[in-house]
Amino acid sequence: MPDHLVPMVEARSVRKAFGPVDVLRGVNLSVGRGEVVCIIGPSGSGKTTLLRCLNRLESIDSGRVLVDGQLVGYREGSKGRLVESTYDELRRQRQAIGMVFQRFHLFPHRTAIENVMEGPKVVLGTPDKEARARGSELLAKVGLSGRENAYPSQLSGGQQQRVAIARALAMDPKLMLFDEPTSALDPELVGEVLGVMRDLALSGMTMVVVTHEMDFAREVADRVVFMDGGVIVEEGSPSDILNDPQHPRTRSFLSRVA
Amino acid sequence: MTSAHTAEQRDSALPEEPPVLPLDPHRPLAVGRILGTLSAILVAGWLAYAVIVNPNIHWDVIVDHQFDDRVLHGLWVTIELTVLSMAIGVPIGVGVAVMQMSANPLLRSLAGAYTWFFRGTPVLVQLLFWFNLGLLFPRLELGVPFGGPKLFSVEASAVITPFVAGLLGLAINEGAYMAQIVRAGIMSVDHGQREAAESLGMSRRKVLTRIILPQAMRIIIPPTGNQFISMLKTTSLVSVIAGADLLTTVSRIYLGNFEVISMLVVASIWYLLLTTIASVGQHYIERHYSRGVHSPQRLSRRVRHNLTGNPAMGAHDA
Repeated sequence: MPDHLVPMVEARSVRKAFGPVDVLRGVNLSVGRGEVVCIIGPSGSGKTTLLRCLNRLESIDSGRVLVDGQLVGYREGSKGRLVESTYDELRRQRQAIGMVFQRFHLFPHRTAIENVMEGPKVVLGTPDKEARARGSELLAKVGLSGRENAYPSQLSGGQQQRVAIARALAMDPKLMLFDEPTSALDPELVGEVLGVMRDLALSGMTMVVVTHEMDFAREVADRVVFMDGGVIVEEGSPSDILNDPQHPRTRSFLSRVA
Repeated sequence: MTSAHTAEQRDSALPEEPPVLPLDPHRPLAVGRILGTLSAILVAGWLAYAVIVNPNIHWDVIVDHQFDDRVLHGLWVTIELTVLSMAIGVPIGVGVAVMQMSANPLLRSLAGAYTWFFRGTPVLVQLLFWFNLGLLFPRLELGVPFGGPKLFSVEASAVITPFVAGLLGLAINEGAYMAQIVRAGIMSVDHGQREAAESLGMSRRKVLTRIILPQAMRIIIPPTGNQFISMLKTTSLVSVIAGADLLTTVSRIYLGNFEVISMLVVASIWYLLLTTIASVGQHYIERHYSRGVHSPQRLSRRVRHNLTGNPAMGAHDA
């Protein structure tokens, strides 16, 4: 298959249990290059776990997870079984996958710009001056020019999340994962973060977004995936899923969040 | 009231001025507290008087010996022992803490056995063991085991001087306590920090040294400062193995001039000075590692807490 036809993300029959609880029960998901996919669903539906499997923050029990045509965190072993790859192999793959967390997880002992510079400097060995220039550029892009030297504790939640997005972008990822990026924010701060994400989507970034923001999904997503009980119940265009859901579980979920 | 708030604006904003409900700022007289204070002053004054005018404390002897060359040398040995045993004990503690949290069960049990043994026996006993190591291993050798060729081989008694025995005993014992402190520090760092760093593709070592440990420092530093201060005093135990430290030195002097109490006062003044200086240093180090977390604590408060053992310390308040 030519490179541009290989999907950016491919999950095949991914299964995962936490102890006795089956969190993912055979999930298939494919995300094309430049596509923005929003995953919605009730809490406990497995959507965050699925997202975390895409960069191997969670291990999987069976199935295949490929990013850009490569297995993530595993290698094909004998008899078609997977073996775990080494941490060094995994971390090379993770460099190309940006991750934004619900609770930001900025490094509290580093200023905004140092947070953004940390990845390029430590992982890629970018010289300080270059990393700083790129850092200011990215902070400007997320609307935080002038806050370079603020520590995370001096920033609002919305500002912290925008720094976190800039920090992920500093590694020049080919894929961005968002785990409920606005769920920990005060309502009046949600808009600024979604605005940055909207710009990013328009610039052609491939994005997988776990979210409860139905308006964002309607406006920005190319495709909406509804998960419940560890499986994908229904997926399709935002208007199909959000306005005209076929499955009763989708309908009942949407009627509760709308 | 700023100039923007004219009386007119106020009138329109608040149609009715709320009445002032006065409070009496004076605390009522408490007889118990007054009696307690008076008796405390009395007891303290009486003690101070009894010490100052006591004919058995020879202040002239104290003044004479405070800067005695032998005392200063003992003081220097105490400082050396403290700094070196902490300098060796802290890295041991970090290493053992990382081992304790390792996925490898062998490393974990080795680290567990280390802390179990060295925290479970008195440091005084350990010092005596190290000092008498020659009875267990008359020669210290490095080479191929079971009779193979030797890289070097020395008499234990030549290597294990009182200073070396003291240093080994104190440092290795300290490592066990530091391991617990470092482990608590590492565990205090939110797991999300590790995930965020790993998501950027950082190596395990970089995650530890650049993200986890600097944040753990905030938790590690206050008890480490206390360990340092406590080590300044624990070094006096090496006097049992003729360690040439401050206490050994003053006791040698009082065995000659019989000024037992005066010489102990000389030593105590030095110990107090050292621990006070260490508290000031601790304050500045803590301030450095609390970057981005909270406003710094006042120096005077820090020193007072340290010297009086008030548990409400450091990173937790302010």
